[in-house]
Amino acid sequence: MEKVKITINNKTLEVPREYTILNAAIEAGIRIPTLCHLDLHDLKMVNRTASCRVCMVEVKNRPNLAPACATPVNEGMEISTDSLRAIKARRMAVELLLSNHPTDCLICPRNLRCELQSLAQELNVREIHYSGVKSDYHLDTSSQAVVKNQNKCILCRRCETACNEIQTCGILSALGRGFHTVVGPAFNLPMVETSCTYCGACVAVCPTAALTEVNHVPKVWEALHNPKKYVVVQTAPAIRVALGELFGMEPGTIVTGKLAAALRRLGFDQVFDTDFGADVTIMEEAKELIHRLEHGGKLPMLTSCCPAWVSFIEHQFPDLIDIPSTCKSPHIMFGTIVKTYFAEKNDIDPNNITVVSVMPCVAKKAEAARTELALDDHNNVDIVITTRELGDMLKEAGIDFDKLPEEDFDHPLGETTGASVIFGTTGGVIEAAVRTVYAWLEKKDLDRIDFKELRGIEGLREATIPINGQDIKIGIAHGLGNARHLLEEIRSGKKDYHAIEIMACPGGCIGGGGQPYHFGNDEIVKKRQQAIYREDLSKKIRRSHENKEVLEMYKEFMGEPYGEKAHELLHTYFEPKERI
Amino acid sequence: MQHTKLQKKNDRQQVLAGEKYEALQQFIDQLEEKEGALIHVLHKGQEIFGYLPRDVQLYIARALGLSGAKVYGVVSFYNYFTDKPRGEKLINICTGTACFVKGANLLMEELEEKLKIKAGGTTEDGKYTLNAVRCVGACGLAPVVMVDDKVYGRVKPGELEEILNQH
Ligand code: SF4
Ligand code: SF4
Ligand code: FES
Ligand code: FES
Repeated sequence: MEKVKITINNKTLEVPREYTILNAAIEAGIRIPTLCHLDLHDLKMVNRTASCRVCMVEVKNRPNLAPACATPVNEGMEISTDSLRAIKARRMAVELLLSNHPTDCLICPRNLRCELQSLAQELNVREIHYSGVKSDYHLDTSSQAVVKNQNKCILCRRCETACNEIQTCGILSALGRGFHTVVGPAFNLPMVETSCTYCGACVAVCPTAALTEVNHVPKVWEALHNPKKYVVVQTAPAIRVALGELFGMEPGTIVTGKLAAALRRLGFDQVFDTDFGADVTIMEEAKELIHRLEHGGKLPMLTSCCPAWVSFIEHQFPDLIDIPSTCKSPHIMFGTIVKTYFAEKNDIDPNNITVVSVMPCVAKKAEAARTELALDDHNNVDIVITTRELGDMLKEAGIDFDKLPEEDFDHPLGETTGASVIFGTTGGVIEAAVRTVYAWLEKKDLDRIDFKELRGIEGLREATIPINGQDIKIGIAHGLGNARHLLEEIRSGKKDYHAIEIMACPGGCIGGGGQPYHFGNDEIVKKRQQAIYREDLSKKIRRSHENKEVLEMYKEFMGEPYGEKAHELLHTYFEPKERI
Repeated sequence: MQHTKLQKKNDRQQVLAGEKYEALQQFIDQLEEKEGALIHVLHKGQEIFGYLPRDVQLYIARALGLSGAKVYGVVSFYNYFTDKPRGEKLINICTGTACFVKGANLLMEELEEKLKIKAGGTTEDGKYTLNAVRCVGACGLAPVVMVDDKVYGRVKPGELEEILNQH
């Protein structure tokens, strides 16, 4: 690697030629504030719009200050990050942003976790020397999942980069020009009229509250305090390896027991685990796969656990709409089971049950509102909140999370397996399915549980697993851009697989749009992934078809997996949609 | 930013539109490089359709492998492109420096009032579209009003009625 010699604040160092001033400063341990810039290494996403001018530094013999994030180094460059001129320019950049920004920080959804706010504090802004007209746009609350508040947008265009480059959905773009520039969909349509998958990739990278999830916390409080309602909560696998971060714990801390305790303290009547639904999903999906393999059904079969992915295929690949599994997603299956099996068993009117899902996901909010998933005239899942929203509720309720004891989930819908835990990471759903398919079809080596060839963090992976004399070819993609790549290869016949797992979020649900903000540190997602596999190992039962409560449910109520009743209650259909 | 409403089409318009789409597709087909051709194609589209309705923008997006948002981003960036139908006659009032100094804004106000529309808009009967444009290079004649290709120089507000009557 070719190196160049530069000095930063009189400190000499050698750095690779392709570095920017910002890369070099980070290596030298010198902090240059940034705002629009975002480098997510593992996702190969770099936002280099250089629009905010917050990273200005002085370069000797150049008349103008240079944006560190977008200026390449060169031999002999002398940079100063702490000259009065640079400091003033940076503060001015922030003041300019603030001059066209609402000042309602105290009641802002991003209060104390806003990058603009931290920057104003870091740069010691005490006064805004500019005043002018402030933008005044409508709040876009058209969708069930994402709220767009253009007044808080600083036009960094990170969202556009995430939506276009990582997810290839192409929903967001800069529109108009000059002072009237906004970031929005084609024709500046309300979000709900677009092909937005509600994956939340844009929400996860927005530095301010310009893009946030719809806040459903008030609805949960209302349900919890409504004496007529029997309120059941379920929590997704990925919550237990991330929630701790909101309470100052190390990324990758497993908080399953405290999570169950915390939900009970909030007053839920039953505290259940979506993992149960995941085990049911495997019973159905594994049967469906075997059925398709044996009866010459449509292959490859694609997993359908991820609603953003389902919406993506509906809008972007309507011609491939018959390849996903017809299984509902685990939390929706779980909601159905609560309102049928559980309600019947406990003699509760399903109309009085409220099911709340705690999800790492923004898209599940929109999914829960899909009418074709509704049961009679009530939704399977009534309210979806994200990991972040649960964190907010716990704080609001004054629960000292750290000091909570470890508790178990309630039964009979609380027993779970290692297979269902790994649903939270890329590679996990398909490994869980393979564990069961393998055990059902293979006559020997029945102790085989781990299929490590399916694990990893690479965006696109494949593996071949011999099962009962047949080589089962498996493809895995996470991030919708990778999914697009895989689908295009299938469409053109370049690749063929028997089964494919797709998750919309980078890393899978552990990197979901509703998880605690990572603030550009993508190591966090890897730590959550390691925690998921640790949790899997700690489970006595690690295969879905060995979950006793699940088997009991089938015996007492559902009948055969993939049977008639299961079809009616646990499966759904998809519809091609217009792409905008 | 305004939210664009869908326009309903009748059958006859659809047949006509079919021919127009064909012409547009032909233009796209003969492009050597699709990448970076967006602006060219939008120009052509506007030439063929008179404006760039939503469906045409989405058509262009598909044909060039771009997102609808990206295409609309470019359409909304340039004043030249319009996603609203144009009136039969296009009235351009120059608002360049020379014309402005000589009272182009008074002409604009007068016409806005007369036609009951704002700059950029089209009259209800679809007859006139009123636009403000940058210097048209006839500063010696300032202030300048153009109706389609016809140029009127040193226009006084009182003469606007007469100019409209000629069209
Ligand atoms: S919505 Fe957020 S991420 Fe997108 S440009 Fe605005 S501030 Fe940046
Ligand atoms: S939620 Fe996903 S698809 Fe929708 S705008 Fe954001 S990044 Fe794009
Ligand atoms: S961080 Fe460099 S210009 Fe925004
Ligand atoms: S300013 Fe109007 S023609 Fe030049």
